[in-house]
Amino acid sequence: MIHTQIDERGYYGRFGGAYIPEMLQANVEELRVNYLRMLEDPEFRREFDLLLKDYVGRPSPLYYADRLSQHYGAKVYLKREDLNHTGAHKINNTIGQILLAERLGKKRIIAETGAGQHGVATATVCALKGLQCIVYMGEVDIERQAPNVARMRMLGAEVRPARSGSRTLKDATNEAIRDWINNPEDTHYIIGSVVGPHPYPDMVARFQSVISEEMKWQLAEKTGRDYPDAIVACVGGGSNAAGAYYHYLNDERVRLIAVEAAGLGVDSGESAATSQLGTEGIIHGSRTLLMQTEDGQIVEPYSISAGLDYPGIGPLHAFLIDAKRAEAVSVTDDEALAASLFVARQEGIIPALETAHAFAALDHMSYGPEDVIVVCLSGRGDKDLAAFSAYLESQPLP
Amino acid sequence: MNRLTKLFAAKPRDILNVYFTAGFPTLDSTVAVIRNLAEAGADLIEVGMPYSDPMADGETIQQSSMKALQNGMNLKLLFEQLTEARRHTQVPLVLMGYYNQVMQYGPERFVAAAAAAGVDGLILPDLPAYEYERDFREIAEAADLQVSFLITPQTPDERIRQIAESSTGFLYVVSSSSITGGSSEISDRQRAYFDRIAALDLPNPKLIGFGISDAATFRTACEYFNGAIIGSAFIRALGGQEDRVGEATQAFVKRILEPSYS
Repeated sequence: MIHTQIDERGYYGRFGGAYIPEMLQANVEELRVNYLRMLEDPEFRREFDLLLKDYVGRPSPLYYADRLSQHYGAKVYLKREDLNHTGAHKINNTIGQILLAERLGKKRIIAETGAGQHGVATATVCALKGLQCIVYMGEVDIERQAPNVARMRMLGAEVRPARSGSRTLKDATNEAIRDWINNPEDTHYIIGSVVGPHPYPDMVARFQSVISEEMKWQLAEKTGRDYPDAIVACVGGGSNAAGAYYHYLNDERVRLIAVEAAGLGVDSGESAATSQLGTEGIIHGSRTLLMQTEDGQIVEPYSISAGLDYPGIGPLHAFLIDAKRAEAVSVTDDEALAASLFVARQEGIIPALETAHAFAALDHMSYGPEDVIVVCLSGRGDKDLAAFSAYLESQPLP
Repeated sequence: MNRLTKLFAAKPRDILNVYFTAGFPTLDSTVAVIRNLAEAGADLIEVGMPYSDPMADGETIQQSSMKALQNGMNLKLLFEQLTEARRHTQVPLVLMGYYNQVMQYGPERFVAAAAAAGVDGLILPDLPAYEYERDFREIAEAADLQVSFLITPQTPDERIRQIAESSTGFLYVVSSSSITGGSSEISDRQRAYFDRIAALDLPNPKLIGFGISDAATFRTACEYFNGAIIGSAFIRALGGQEDRVGEATQAFVKRILEPSYS
């Protein structure tokens, strides 16, 4: 069995750590020494669980998708994170981190966002707690995810455009880190994925682990056993996947399928399939797999999905893939678009473009008729209607 | 003897360390910048290895890095340029950059190439102390490359002592909690922080950086420690000077060292 928890320096095997300049040390160290103690505090637990239940609407249903099951010839269950308040799994983490920030006495919250789901989830918890909120978002993403920008502003957050580099998620993350360096005392940085310096990957995975915690009893109720044969989740940084895998990491009966965005194709030069195109290096304070040149310059990724358009991958996933515990599958823009249309018309559910990648991966897998497959339905697709409409117009009339 | 050791022994005060991004403003300006900085009176030169994602740097160095990369700068070429610069000057040279590039080049190979090119020291701000001690310190010491670490107003005294212990070169005293490129007067709060560090009585030479942008801030910084580091202000002075890199460089150093010069 592999060791799937971090060591005392924040490494999963050789992936992880905290490669940060001294200017970030005080902030990160404050979190590192406090997060486990705070998470295990019964009062924290009580408040976290109550908010997840009454505010987020948890537990999220585990839904047996009958028509998808018939189509694929397996038992397909959907973990409905799209039904959470704000429409995605991201809020599980922001609820946890805002409670942490409150206990640390922080007055100002910053975040990065790609698709805008994490930005909305952060703006939401800041409104809930009356804290100032600044969200960094790449200029390109501000354009392609306009509905979420409007939602963040409605919630009182300031959306600051990241204008450097590819003007997407990587650059928004750089800007948020720079803001944190400039504000070392009153600010908490709510990272949205299992990326960044230790303790973020572990902390975010713990907050998202509620997904697989619920799956266990829901599967037991519905199938008579508390584990599936496979869990399928999309991976940009990898927070919904980390949460969906968490309680099964050491259960080798469960296949873990990590679905990456291939963009226009893995070998097209326009891709975000990090595990295939990446090599070991350092991004955003973490040693992991990332897309880079031979000289160690980070390559600008591409995916139609703003949430998967990231040149790195959380160190947990780099470790799981390297150890062959997780299998990486890559899905192109076109496959994801086709899958979103298919799921919409088979099940009456419009998934986010990120999640559509996970659905498209079902075409790449093989399984037996009795196999139980859980797809983590990480978010709903309202924010992507512009992309879906353009796709519909390009399709021949039925 | 390492040129940094020699410098701090010969000139304990008023050391002017100027940072620039290699390959900026033009791909082949690196040698000219170094030669002119040294001729005009810079005591130490920090050569930035341009990086795609410089997370601790403000807009000025972000943009100079991007321009340098667009110009085609890479480490192999930089080592060739530094070798050429060494034929003309004995000014101490320190390489500064993010660790990912060193990791991809290979730490051993990087240290060997730097030493062969006449580099005297390294600053790798995102290389953590534990990983440095485990993977890097020995090979750097064997090549007589001095490694400098940063301390900030948030660094507790106990940690400053540990960092000073790890630093085989000068201590880089970051003047304020910020990314690079700020410029303002030195505040009372900063003075209190400098006094706190001075009271620790550490053996390492110390240079103040971040927010040092002109003759006045340079003079103030020199009152506290061995000298100061100017980066973004020099990059700004080089902007748009592609055809007169030498003159712009000399004029900049003169404005710092001879306040009456304009």
